[in-house]
Amino acid sequence: MDMASLSSTLLFVAFVAYLIATFLFGGAVKSSNSKTTKSFERWGKLAITVTILGFIANLGYFITRWIAAGHAPVSNLFEFTTAFGMMVVGAFILIYFIYKTPALGLFALPIGIIIIAYASMFPTEITPLIPALKSYWLTIHVITAAMGEAILAISAVAGFIYLLKNIDLTKKSKERFWIEAVMFVLVLVIGFIVATVSFSLADYKAEYSYISKDETQHNIEYTMPALFGMNESVALTKGAFEPLVEMPPIVNAKKLTTVIWTILFGTVIYILLRLILRKRIASVLQPLTKKSNSQLMDEIGYRAVLIGFPVFTLGALIFAMIWAHEAWSRFWGWDPKEVWALITFLFYAVFLHLRLSKGWDGKRSAWIALIGFIIIMFNLIAVNLIIAGLHSYA
Amino acid sequence: MDKIVCACGNVNPAGTELCESCGRPLNKETNDKKIVDMRYEGSARRSQTYNKTIIDKVWNFFSSVKVGMWIIVAILVAAAIGTILPQVFYVPATTETDIAAYYERIYGWFGTMYYKLGLSDLYSSWWFQGLVGMLGISLVIASLDRVIPLYKSLKKQQTKRHISFLKRQRIIGMDQANVTEESLLKAEQKLKELKYNVKRDGNAILAERGRFSRWGPYVNHLGLILFLFGVMLRALPGFYVDETMWLREGETLYVPETDGYFLESKEFIYETYSKEESKEVYGEAIDRVGTIAKNYQTDVALYKGPEGSIAGHTEDLSFVKEVSIQVNKPIKFDNFSVFQMDFRLDELATMTFQLQDKATQQSFGEFTIDLADPQPVYELKKGYKVEVMDYYADFTGFEEGVPQSQSPLPNNPAFLIKMYSPEFPKGETSFVMIKETVEPLGENKHKIAFQSVETRDVSGLTVRKDLTLPLLALGGLIFMIGVAQGAYWNHRRIWIQLLEDGQTVVAAHTNKNWLSVKRDLDKVTEVAHLPKYLDQQDIDSLEEKVDKEEGV
Repeated sequence: MDMASLSSTLLFVAFVAYLIATFLFGGAVKSSNSKTTKSFERWGKLAITVTILGFIANLGYFITRWIAAGHAPVSNLFEFTTAFGMMVVGAFILIYFIYKTPALGLFALPIGIIIIAYASMFPTEITPLIPALKSYWLTIHVITAAMGEAILAISAVAGFIYLLKNIDLTKKSKERFWIEAVMFVLVLVIGFIVATVSFSLADYKAEYSYISKDETQHNIEYTMPALFGMNESVALTKGAFEPLVEMPPIVNAKKLTTVIWTILFGTVIYILLRLILRKRIASVLQPLTKKSNSQLMDEIGYRAVLIGFPVFTLGALIFAMIWAHEAWSRFWGWDPKEVWALITFLFYAVFLHLRLSKGWDGKRSAWIALIGFIIIMFNLIAVNLIIAGLHSYA
Repeated sequence: MDKIVCACGNVNPAGTELCESCGRPLNKETNDKKIVDMRYEGSARRSQTYNKTIIDKVWNFFSSVKVGMWIIVAILVAAAIGTILPQVFYVPATTETDIAAYYERIYGWFGTMYYKLGLSDLYSSWWFQGLVGMLGISLVIASLDRVIPLYKSLKKQQTKRHISFLKRQRIIGMDQANVTEESLLKAEQKLKELKYNVKRDGNAILAERGRFSRWGPYVNHLGLILFLFGVMLRALPGFYVDETMWLREGETLYVPETDGYFLESKEFIYETYSKEESKEVYGEAIDRVGTIAKNYQTDVALYKGPEGSIAGHTEDLSFVKEVSIQVNKPIKFDNFSVFQMDFRLDELATMTFQLQDKATQQSFGEFTIDLADPQPVYELKKGYKVEVMDYYADFTGFEEGVPQSQSPLPNNPAFLIKMYSPEFPKGETSFVMIKETVEPLGENKHKIAFQSVETRDVSGLTVRKDLTLPLLALGGLIFMIGVAQGAYWNHRRIWIQLLEDGQTVVAAHTNKNWLSVKRDLDKVTEVAHLPKYLDQQDIDSLEEKVDKEEGV
């Protein structure tokens, strides 16, 4: 087996291990009370062991792909997002050994799993480096930035558990609405994965020609039935789905189609879940958080930001500036990705000040941690896919 | 305002809440509190003490964390708005009208609005820079307001603190336990093992560790201030250069803003990945994407002119070095760096023509026009010659009979030419374009026949000098040190005292990670049999009480 396929196999192994570990953590959480300490310890140990084995396989994926490609596998959206998912699991393992909290695993691992699954929706082949990326700073900058973001993500997971536990879901409230909104967004990500996988299993492909904003003709291949057509689009594939609406040239109708399919699939899945469970999703998950210690979750949320913030600053701002100076001749150029890294930095700076000086903790701190994660994901997904800039490599 | 003299005899500055020395509450408000605010050790902050003059008011405004946070939030929101549409410097237009037209053409009414509101050049707007400036002021004032009194307070603190201070700590335990000198010694021993700095004063113990982490916030703010200062320095002349130059193969040009440096382009190289040459694993990606760029490179020679040499004078240059400039590998000299940023392939360099008889196509000689430097006259043999009367590098057509050129780049060269021959000593006029000839003054006997072209590549280079970089780097470094100092360490203090009435008190404070200081205290309690402690903030909320009974 060559390195490249060994690498994919290892990633798959890691993925499965994380899935199993999630259920094991579920077992640990269910059995964790003083009477069944032994059973709790057994489940917990098993769960973390499987997680670590998965993480080793994941590292194996990273290293073998590095060898196969000849450069650190962080050079396109698939590689970066996968590495980010891996580091979320890594950050969880780190925090687990400080605080020994299985509940964190029960929620952090699914986040890692969703991120890795999401990553696999992008082209996964190994790409050679374009000139701008040919630098050892690629390795240093991207890995440090991803590590920082992963540790910050753990803060959001702890905040999420804190909120799920402490929000009264029996009464109508803003909090109840928003925590369910968070659940809905997570289901949307699953919707995106399901939509992509279904259409690719059905082998759906249709090519269209269109006129771009600089008034030249291009071809584009849709992998989902075209709900929206590009500007003056003409189907090139026989029997291709006729777009329902044609968009003006500044809108990328292919991306819009993907977004709408994601929302359709996600909403259908969400409604089905609600019909089957007959409860809010937050209410279904809430019992799993019952035994977690609020104060501990609050502390983990804060600690994770304290650990992650300096790492993020170093990777996403300082190393980024040093490299930008070498590659683009200026250390700062107000490129959207740079700006959003700065926004993330400022946001967590506010988090720390509010916590340290204004005594914001508990729910308020948890919500901020959650919003921080949304900003990170926005920078990862939207800035690359929607806002065009120097960082749009994929 | 007057200084406050504490019962213990220490003289505290006006506005002090907790005596710097013994910790007694010094005003009624503090006295009424169950847990004292230990963030600045109850020290006298200027902003909390004076509020009369305009200076006081400005100082108080900028020293407020709340104000600082609002400034950050405003910057954050503004920065986000600036990413909705590309900023002007990423737009392929230079003049104001072109830029306005671009935003309207591509983004419609929204683009026009974005442009008109100045959001398209948001980061250099006066108000955005004003916000950043305010943040800088806030950093300076808020830090000074806190760090000086905090430093004094921590320096003056005594081992033996007054009971009213200890009782108002978040973690406190008090009990009639039989704590002897022996257990105090044991506690001391254990605390030393836990890497605390232990001080003893009679029956009082003060164990302290990680005090330097309290300076973290001020150190990182200092770093940020230096950084912002560095950014401001760029506005001063001489600190910062940002120029571009287009360098053609074979050409030697003065490097703008430098002290007599010249660059000669030997060759521009553009490479793409080919399936045959590159690693097998790249095959799939190359198939999908098509061409993937591998290398942009300009091979240059750097020369230095004599003192006081000026642009255009390329004589007497002394060779300095030969380098390949690639993306990520700029050439560096004398605080300057020159970067490979852009390129144009196959720009026309020379055009070769023949003067021919139109009917017989007999040639009367060949001449080559260097498009960068067309000669007025090309002498051919036997009395034939060609005069270039006018040259249009980027010909776009005629406007009211006058030929137009839209740029000095030889994208579409055209020439107004006079052909001299023995038959026509006064010359025949011809307008020569690529693939076409116009005879504006009537039928000619001769013609200019195009023979061949030579092309060359052009490198787009950026010339940069930035003398503020060392300051920025220093600021960044100090910031990172400060952040790490504040984030990865914490300041813990544990007080143990035997009171005169036979009671024992333990109290503890940490600036963060309360669980860790409790863990430390548990270890000490275990060996020294100290009284049980309470977390006063825990009791306050019923919710937390329930938590305590639950497992993990």
